[in-house]
Amino acid sequence: MRFGVVTFPGSNCDQDCVYVLRSVLGQDVDAVWHEDRSLDGLDAIVLPGGFAHGDYLRAGAIAARAPVMSAVGAFARAGGPVLGICNGFQVLLEAGLLPGAMLRNQGLRFRCLPVFLRVESTDTAWTKTLREGQVLQLPIAHGEGNYFAPEPLLATMEDEHQVVFRYCDADGRLASSANPNGSVRHIAGVCNPAGNVVGLMPHPERASESVLGSADGRLLFESVLSVLSTRRMSPAGALR
Amino acid sequence: MTTIRITITLKPGVLDAQGQAVLQGLRTLGDDQVSAVRVGRYIELTVPDGIKGTDLDQMCERFLANPLLEEWRIDDPRRTPLSIGERTG
Repeated sequence: MRFGVVTFPGSNCDQDCVYVLRSVLGQDVDAVWHEDRSLDGLDAIVLPGGFAHGDYLRAGAIAARAPVMSAVGAFARAGGPVLGICNGFQVLLEAGLLPGAMLRNQGLRFRCLPVFLRVESTDTAWTKTLREGQVLQLPIAHGEGNYFAPEPLLATMEDEHQVVFRYCDADGRLASSANPNGSVRHIAGVCNPAGNVVGLMPHPERASESVLGSADGRLLFESVLSVLSTRRMSPAGALR
Repeated sequence: MTTIRITITLKPGVLDAQGQAVLQGLRTLGDDQVSAVRVGRYIELTVPDGIKGTDLDQMCERFLANPLLEEWRIDDPRRTPLSIGERTG
């Protein structure tokens, strides 16, 4: 499969994503620049972490209006799988491709530590081969990951199974002590109604080899590979 | 040309962690008069005199503010009172 990893000015996890996809998983990877306007020939898109445009205005706000994001929007609407990691998640929120918004972490601290996540929905391209309730260990590194959405929107998202990951303890229990940033309803990752666009604050690309302490992050990439190969889809094909 | 002043703040009820930290700082300095602090952003736009108010509203709603979290106040010397924006829902 051919992945596109988008680099914005200030992205700093793009090469980690390229490394995992190319060297760990043996996939083809194209570097996509924020000014590119075409994603032709790509099967899946990753928006990596970092501090695009220095987080000016709001995290992800300026990147969300970059030329490449029109193409990402079209790719997503056509059913193509898109994953936003950390700052990439913030970009997808600001672009309106995912619901909700980010606030500064409760307590204002930049949190950089391994956390546990509970898989809440396997009805997405990036979690299809995981198990509901499965607990993953992935690292976080962010100052603005306090997920927020107004109550009516949260209710709709829960009904539509759009909450994909929640912060939890090692046994999968939800607790405020296991919530590193104050996110509403412990939300760590969400998806669009179709399930092809997923965003999460933790970094799967930093936990894709056991030598790094956890290889759980690989599962997300392996899921999308499985979905893509099963469906033999083109980027324009539907996922479900 | 006209200078438009825009003030963006978090909606009431949305946790303002920065405001709380500033309040704590004031307390540390011995102030006991301030009961709440909200921290926002201030933006100045230089625009042609004839710019439409609705264009300014759109800039706020589509880009300068995030309507999910924030509200904004447009201080346009040609318009009184201030235009206060918030998208509901």
